[in-house]
Amino acid sequence: MDYTAVVLLEIVYMIAFLVLTSAGLAVVFGMMRVINLAHGEFVMIGGYTTIACAKAGLNIYVAMLVISPLVVGLFGLIVERLVVRHLYGRMIDTMLATWGLSLLMVGLVTMIFGNTAVSVPAPIPGYQLGEFQMGGYNLFIIAVATLLVVCLWLVLRFTRLGLVARGAMQSADVASSLGYNPKMVYMWTFTAGAALSGLAGGVLAPLTGLLPSSGAAYIAKAFITVITGGAAVIVGTLSSSVIFGTINQLVSFGSTPVIGEIAMLALAVVLLRLMPQGITGRFFRNSA
Amino acid sequence: MTGGFASAGRMHWGWFIALALLLILLPLGSDTHTPTLLAIWSLFALSLGLMWGYAGILSFGHAAYYGLGAYTYAITAMNTGESTAALILAVLVPGMVAAVVGAMMFYGRISDVYMGVITLVFALILNKFMGATAGEAYRIGSARLGGFNGIPAFPILNVPGDPSTQIYGTGLYYVVVVCLLGCYLIARWVLGSAFGRTLLGIRENEARVELLGYNAPAYKTAIFALTAAMAGLAGSLFANWAEIVTPSLFGLGQSVEVIIWVIAGGIGTLIGPVVGAVLLGMLKLLLGEQTLVDNSLVLGAILILVVLLLPRGLAPSLMAWRARHVVSGAGRSRSGGSRRRRPPPSGDSR
Repeated sequence: MDYTAVVLLEIVYMIAFLVLTSAGLAVVFGMMRVINLAHGEFVMIGGYTTIACAKAGLNIYVAMLVISPLVVGLFGLIVERLVVRHLYGRMIDTMLATWGLSLLMVGLVTMIFGNTAVSVPAPIPGYQLGEFQMGGYNLFIIAVATLLVVCLWLVLRFTRLGLVARGAMQSADVASSLGYNPKMVYMWTFTAGAALSGLAGGVLAPLTGLLPSSGAAYIAKAFITVITGGAAVIVGTLSSSVIFGTINQLVSFGSTPVIGEIAMLALAVVLLRLMPQGITGRFFRNSA
Repeated sequence: MTGGFASAGRMHWGWFIALALLLILLPLGSDTHTPTLLAIWSLFALSLGLMWGYAGILSFGHAAYYGLGAYTYAITAMNTGESTAALILAVLVPGMVAAVVGAMMFYGRISDVYMGVITLVFALILNKFMGATAGEAYRIGSARLGGFNGIPAFPILNVPGDPSTQIYGTGLYYVVVVCLLGCYLIARWVLGSAFGRTLLGIRENEARVELLGYNAPAYKTAIFALTAAMAGLAGSLFANWAEIVTPSLFGLGQSVEVIIWVIAGGIGTLIGPVVGAVLLGMLKLLLGEQTLVDNSLVLGAILILVVLLLPRGLAPSLMAWRARHVVSGAGRSRSGGSRRRRPPPSGDSR
């Protein structure tokens, strides 16, 4: 009984983890068809920001929920202005340039912080579930991910901002003729995506120690989650997170975490072969 | 470049022989340890350059086949105790694996971006799997896979049929140079053949080639397998040079590095990737000797700048400049500006 609860909680946690790490990438890919291969490094910078603020004595919740998204969002804005905006419509070139950016950021962080792990203790203590010791902080991550999905849906579905963003993505010409500048919409969308990555980095920072190369651990999972999800930001990310999170944890409990991860990656390849447009390219076509 | 960017280029025998002579005479004037490594990297870059530049297929995980070649060599050599079968298998195994992966992608009509994901994920799967193979349970024959530590101490190259005469140092250098020049000639021959012409056609306009009755997925699968076999050969030579194989051979870093060599050297030429691998390889070795500037910072900056400013890479840009300034007037029919001539990716319309 307890064991079932543990497995279920771990599955929900993995789903939340995937939603959180891929939300930023999903917004940018789903709305702008831009794949940001430096996404993992955006997350990593968010983590470093939170840890640096926490070490400087700032309240850790303020650091992860406010400062990290702001810092990484600002960084994303600069990147969009300097690099990404020159490459719209050239998908492969964007992937290459952002891959270069990811290397550059790893190098930069290595030079500033050194190639050693930094960490900060989790602010929520663990608890006892039957005979199992559980991480209390995981519940906080699940809550943040849930809140994030709800907010994202509300913004995209019900606000004027969301309407303009979705409109500019569907037809830049029409949005432009109605007086909205698509370039500004792209710019702010990219910034918002970067801020979401920063949030993910901040929230996940207390879980593990951070290294300059930590971004690589996020990018593969976020990448397959978003691509397999397809173009619809929320439904796509949610559905592929549920599939991958469940498979990963079930296989992990049956064997080892590495095998679980390999099962998830292999499943991604199979799913992409069966549904080259992603899950939402085939199902839920008209969702946000 | 007189035939425009779509041209397959042609064989410059004079340059080829001069370069071959230079490579053969090099051991007289210099140590061969570093040149051997640079030649191996050049071969790896040549394999990706052939596929990317002429068939328009970009693999984000080309290191998968490089690593497969290295591991296949190491495992076979440990089991057989000599290198001939190992070297042959190190070419065949990556080629066959790539044929399966390629057929899955190309017959599935998977578009550019999704192909990037699948190739990248495939390399990652191998990387993770090899990293998790520590312990006695993971062994193939007498070879322990060794997890993150990799496989050390396997038999290195020997003269075929005589396992006691090992090839190393200058001998290995010559083997590598022969492989590099041989693969260059194979690539030239492929590009000059009807097969190569069809590949160029597929790169320029796949739908049109298919309407003419060609089976485009079969062509793409074939070039994918051929270049993976070359990458496997490069990997097995690297295994001989380093005398150890580790999971990092499959890593993202290895994949992005070869992409940078090719794109910086020049897409759509065969010499470009080689030049890129040699120059950036030397830069990497130089940067490795100091601690002030981080190596990946420089590589990343180069990749961004090349994509933004020189999207066709160094060699084609130099050739275009030469065509404009040296042969001015004659080369007016040269098509295209500085943009790369792959058709702009049309979202996910396939």
